[in-house]
Amino acid sequence: MNSFWSTNIVKFAQIFEAIAVFFVVLGVIFFLAGRAKGKSQRPLAVLVLLGPALLLLLGGLVIPAIRTILFSFKDDSSIKFVGFKNYAWILTDPNMHSVLLNTILWIAITPILTTGLGLVLAIFLDRMKHEVIPKALIFMPMAISFVGASIIWQFVYNYADPKQPQTGLLSSIVKALGFTPSNWILTSPLNNFLLMAIFIWVQTGFAMVILSAAIKAVPADIVEASALDGASGLKLFRQITFPMVRSTFIVVLATQVVTSLKLFDIVRTMTGGNFGTNVISNEVYSQVFTKFNQGRGSALAIVLFILVAPILVYNIRNIRRERSIA
Amino acid sequence: MSISKKGLFASAGVAVVSLVAAAFVAVSPANASSAACASIGAGYLPQSGQTVKLFTSILEPELSKYVAATKPFTDCTGINVVWEGTGQFEALLPVRVAGGNAPDIAVIPQPGLLQKMVATGKAVPAPAKTVNNVNRYWSKSWRDLGSVNGTVYAAPNSANNKSLVYYSPKQFAKNGWTVPTTWTDLFKLSDAMVAKGLTPWCGGIGSAAATGWPATDWVEETVVRLYGAKVYNNWITGAVKFSGPEIQKAMSTVAGWMLNPKYVGDVKAIATTKFQDAGLSIPKGTGCQMLQQASFYTAQYPATTDISPTGDVWVFYLPTINPAVKTPVEGGGEFMLAFNKNIATQELQNYLSSPEYAHNRIVAAGKSGGWLTANSGVSLSDYQNPLDALMAKYLADKSGTFVFDASDATKAAINAAEWTEFTAWFATGKSQAAVAASIDSNW
Repeated sequence: MNSFWSTNIVKFAQIFEAIAVFFVVLGVIFFLAGRAKGKSQRPLAVLVLLGPALLLLLGGLVIPAIRTILFSFKDDSSIKFVGFKNYAWILTDPNMHSVLLNTILWIAITPILTTGLGLVLAIFLDRMKHEVIPKALIFMPMAISFVGASIIWQFVYNYADPKQPQTGLLSSIVKALGFTPSNWILTSPLNNFLLMAIFIWVQTGFAMVILSAAIKAVPADIVEASALDGASGLKLFRQITFPMVRSTFIVVLATQVVTSLKLFDIVRTMTGGNFGTNVISNEVYSQVFTKFNQGRGSALAIVLFILVAPILVYNIRNIRRERSIA
Repeated sequence: MSISKKGLFASAGVAVVSLVAAAFVAVSPANASSAACASIGAGYLPQSGQTVKLFTSILEPELSKYVAATKPFTDCTGINVVWEGTGQFEALLPVRVAGGNAPDIAVIPQPGLLQKMVATGKAVPAPAKTVNNVNRYWSKSWRDLGSVNGTVYAAPNSANNKSLVYYSPKQFAKNGWTVPTTWTDLFKLSDAMVAKGLTPWCGGIGSAAATGWPATDWVEETVVRLYGAKVYNNWITGAVKFSGPEIQKAMSTVAGWMLNPKYVGDVKAIATTKFQDAGLSIPKGTGCQMLQQASFYTAQYPATTDISPTGDVWVFYLPTINPAVKTPVEGGGEFMLAFNKNIATQELQNYLSSPEYAHNRIVAAGKSGGWLTANSGVSLSDYQNPLDALMAKYLADKSGTFVFDASDATKAAINAAEWTEFTAWFATGKSQAAVAASIDSNW
């Protein structure tokens, strides 16, 4: 007990010392930069204020990105250059075909379902009496990590011999309805959709909350005016509400696309990439950290980057256009 | 003889002095405890005040049992033995050796790491008496694992045995079944179970990110039972390929066993069954009857289960297939590699390779057991834990064949590929040839 405190007090003292030194150094730099006069004043201010951020960006983003690109052209231990061999492997290996196909399935299906479902819920719950309650319930899974959610859903998809009592929720329901439950997580390609259901369960609440806020921000007088002009129901939604929340919708959709592209946790936890459910980011992890193949892992990361890039570009252009209108 | 005095001599002179000291002690034992000397056997040179440090991955509470087993040695020879355990052994040993700070003796759990350490040139071959002990008490496959190019470098320490089949003695007695001792009998018994409408074999390879590993054990057990240690060890290094005739034959054997719906029921369900759950129904007798697993599976049964030769659950040894391969065992073990030729170090090596050390270590383990040796100089009646005695019987067969877990010893990418490809073999019925080709592509 005594030694615990004496060693830890020393440690904490060192932590505070380090923080204090950091602020003193910063203070000195700012003080010196502030004293600069004349021509050097502006460039120096730019350097002092932007420099640290640029350095961090360089060390945390630019250099790793360049290294990853370099590694993707090297062999498994990053020694010899092998040209496009790693990329050729991605395009020719039969296991990789299913990885690419599954990744494309994920981007094609989950963002539209989460965002669409979120929009529908936002609209229908918008004028409900106690909208807080269903909204809170739908949003709640968002507070659970993908790993936690996957473990919960493992119980839903759990399989037992049809002759035995069923422990999985889905199997029990199917059996109660008089059908024979199958080994859900093994049945490809159905298992991909079962994993997507977890993603949708977690993410729909997020989409709903953001879109609901955007719908509430639509000015009441516009809605009233259009109602006076005879718009209602679907027409009101199509011509007034949706155009006004369109930019929010696109931002939510884009984040969903990016999240599903880099999706890792659900696949890792539910199947470990087995049974034909593997996706790119899980394979990146397997290649780099379990097979120690830096080259293939980096090449896959670059492919993932190329797939994400157009969505990011579209998103940024969209934001810029919004700004220019405003 | 004091340390300060010894420091004055050149290294060549040390041996002479020691011989003189030995002669002196032989006439009249100075401060040596005669009881301690009796318990470690004759012929050790006292090196009073010397210290030998062992570096190991073994941690408490195991470590204090090792300390207990080397205490008589210290009492008799005056050589202090310091056991230094770390959880970072595999990472630290190469660093220490490269940095000129090698331990006196390292207890190495992987043959591959032992080979690497010998390749550094810093390790030294075992002294003559240790080599004699290894030749006398261990089987050839154990000696080969501690040797490099035919030179014995390290004596084995502990061993473990994965070649076990869990079954229920109560259910066997009720049904009039006997424990099979040949591969043919094992499958006659399986057929008898099928005839009664039962499922003979349990299986589960689900293990989160490591799903598939129990299947690698099934293939490994089969390879060593068909072809022996040489083909098996060449398979680890990649000289024998998965698509080669030997491994293909072994995979076909597994296909007729663990991928055979007649014996296991739903083959695909093995891929999603957690390995921990696979054999839990064995005591009940209504589900599957037998499970091939390593001894740690015992921990999966609830505390109320009677684990004994006549109880709810017990194990039998998985018999050989090819009679030319005698007593094949797949498992693991450690080897004690020295990094200097100090007399104290060599005397400790001699003691650690003796049956007396193994006996003292087994006594230290007590009733709870958990320490086995492949040293055939140890009497099986030393083991107070019956499961240990059963497993040690096959390890200590001097004509037996011992191999390390191949998937752990091979290239990491091959191991990872084995897991996923064997899982696909069970789960999606991927063809044996495609599975093998896909694993081989990682070489």
